[in-house]
Amino acid sequence: MNYLGIKPVRPRVAIFGFTGCEGCQLQLANGEEDLAEFLSAMRIARFRELSSADEEAYDIALVEGAVTRGDEEERLLEIRDRARVLVALGSCACYGGVPRLKNCFDPVEMNHEVYGCHPRESLPTRSLREIVTVDQEIPGCPVAKVEVERIIQHLIWGLPYRFPAYPVCLECKQRYILCRFEQGELCLGPLTRGGCLATCPRGGLGCWGCRGPAAEPNYGEFIAIARQRGFTLREIKERLSFFGGLEVTP
Amino acid sequence: MLFRILDKQEFHSLVDLMLESTEVIGPKKIGGAVDGRPIHQYLPLFNFHELDLEYETTEIPAKSYFLPYLENLSTWRFTDDDWSQEIAYRLHPRVILGLHACDINALLKLDKVMTREFFPNPYYISRRKNSFIIGVDHHPCRGGFCRSLGTDTVERGFDLFLTDLGDRYFVAIDSERGFTMLHLVTVRQVTQRDTDDYLAARQEIASGFGPTLELKQLPRVLDLQFDSEVWRRWGAKCLSCGSCAAVCPTCYCYGVSESVAMDFTRGAKVKQLYSCNLPDFAQVAGGHDFRPERETRLRYRYYHQHRGFLEQYDEPKCVGCGRCGRSCLAGINPPEVIGDLLAAEESS
Ligand code: SF4
Ligand code: SF4
Ligand code: SF4
Ligand code: SF4
Ligand code: SF4
Repeated sequence: MNYLGIKPVRPRVAIFGFTGCEGCQLQLANGEEDLAEFLSAMRIARFRELSSADEEAYDIALVEGAVTRGDEEERLLEIRDRARVLVALGSCACYGGVPRLKNCFDPVEMNHEVYGCHPRESLPTRSLREIVTVDQEIPGCPVAKVEVERIIQHLIWGLPYRFPAYPVCLECKQRYILCRFEQGELCLGPLTRGGCLATCPRGGLGCWGCRGPAAEPNYGEFIAIARQRGFTLREIKERLSFFGGLEVTP
Repeated sequence: MLFRILDKQEFHSLVDLMLESTEVIGPKKIGGAVDGRPIHQYLPLFNFHELDLEYETTEIPAKSYFLPYLENLSTWRFTDDDWSQEIAYRLHPRVILGLHACDINALLKLDKVMTREFFPNPYYISRRKNSFIIGVDHHPCRGGFCRSLGTDTVERGFDLFLTDLGDRYFVAIDSERGFTMLHLVTVRQVTQRDTDDYLAARQEIASGFGPTLELKQLPRVLDLQFDSEVWRRWGAKCLSCGSCAAVCPTCYCYGVSESVAMDFTRGAKVKQLYSCNLPDFAQVAGGHDFRPERETRLRYRYYHQHRGFLEQYDEPKCVGCGRCGRSCLAGINPPEVIGDLLAAEESS
């Protein structure tokens, strides 16, 4: 018997990594309890962390990382040509993520700061959707493995996936997590899309917005609340711009 | 209702006996806020000293022990051309100790919805019937407005209810099992002095309340002020975060989704409590949305609390615990919102 009457066909999946920390790829290799089932649900065409396979034919491409070099851009265009479904994996791929911060600095100075007197080619950071059509985004720094599983299932069933419309706050309440604002800290949870199970507040940190905006972020009121609680506009904007998924100048 | 006197030492013994034999949940201090206010939650207790009956309120109501935020309704499995499912109701008895009157009144309201409708909720009923409730009297909490709603006292819905008389508790008994439970320790009959002390204690609590809101006309005012700018003003502040309904002891809305294992042969139906303030609450098939704006969603929550529920169950749904206002980062709280509505009606 098949779930919803849909026979799951195993798609060929290839995983690529551009500019990022490779943490999202690592997440895919995590979750030992059902790693075998996860991998059995697909045929791995390319996944350098788990397999030596390197096939050029695949249905789904999961692309991690932002684009910061010309060769990455070329490779991305090629992947777009080959893949039936292109998935941006993680906040770097979806929004530029942490690498996007470099766009705030002078490119020559920054290159010198990092590479000294051996400058390297480095373009302004771009997310995948600034270059190609992206069929599905999976935000998160890193992505939540459970969400990746849900999304891959939906791709296999051919059904659209619905992200939570609610922000992180609801997941704090569900888990008895004390609000970081009550502890005198800044938290972007009220603006940020839920689904991470309030990972950061659960660990005692405010949210940094890695998952991008919830369905209806109320930027104006959020900034007013944060300022009332003593945070400066500069602090708030720095936090909002950190992963590149939220609006900074509403 | 029967009354007995329980010395504090005997109460300690009673809690110890309960801790030995069953799960005991009670108010526990878990930290403090940046303004120095202590923060309490209802949590499983491991010894008597974790219990803090002097608590003011909890962030999360005891609702989560009856309607969990996340709940497996069933787990299912496909085998060849057949399927099976397993449904488990909670049957282990437990004690929930230290509920205030508003929270017991909240359970009475949930009882109406969960046990008396066409489709009673068996998950709720099994938890409710297997929970031994001990209430406790207390001084009015900040931000609460239970007295305006008549929920500052409670006559039913508990097994035992304690009023602190210094060295002893005045105990109201509202169930046979409550009566039986007291046989485990030594209790004594109520004397005239106990009754006098009890009435004085109740009087002292009652005099601690600030001014009450006049809510008799509220259902009518809600209809008259349906298009009031009060809703636009407060609605513009709402973050659509759902915290208010999550911490509300009487909000019960939910959604159900399937969680399917990666081998596609097993899964679970998962229920998640939801909130009418959330953006997709009133979205239906085809993409239509009955309440696309923050202000209409916020208004809806107030209408369900103070008008819709009343129409169905002859009383408001809100018990005035003040939790929604305390947890709302935007400071949206019923006494102020309702106060603004009443003022708008008066000046129109
Ligand atoms: S900690 Fe952050 S995410 Fe959690 S409730 Fe507070 S503001 Fe919302
Ligand atoms: S709490 Fe915020 S920053 Fe942390 S994982 Fe969740 S969305 Fe990302
Ligand atoms: S009223 Fe407050 S707690 Fe409720 S959804 Fe709006 S912002 Fe969140
Ligand atoms: S609406 Fe607010 S004050 Fe009323 S019962 Fe719910 S949380 Fe308490
Ligand atoms: S409709 Fe809103 S106010 Fe009513 S029970 Fe549901 S969440 Fe609570």
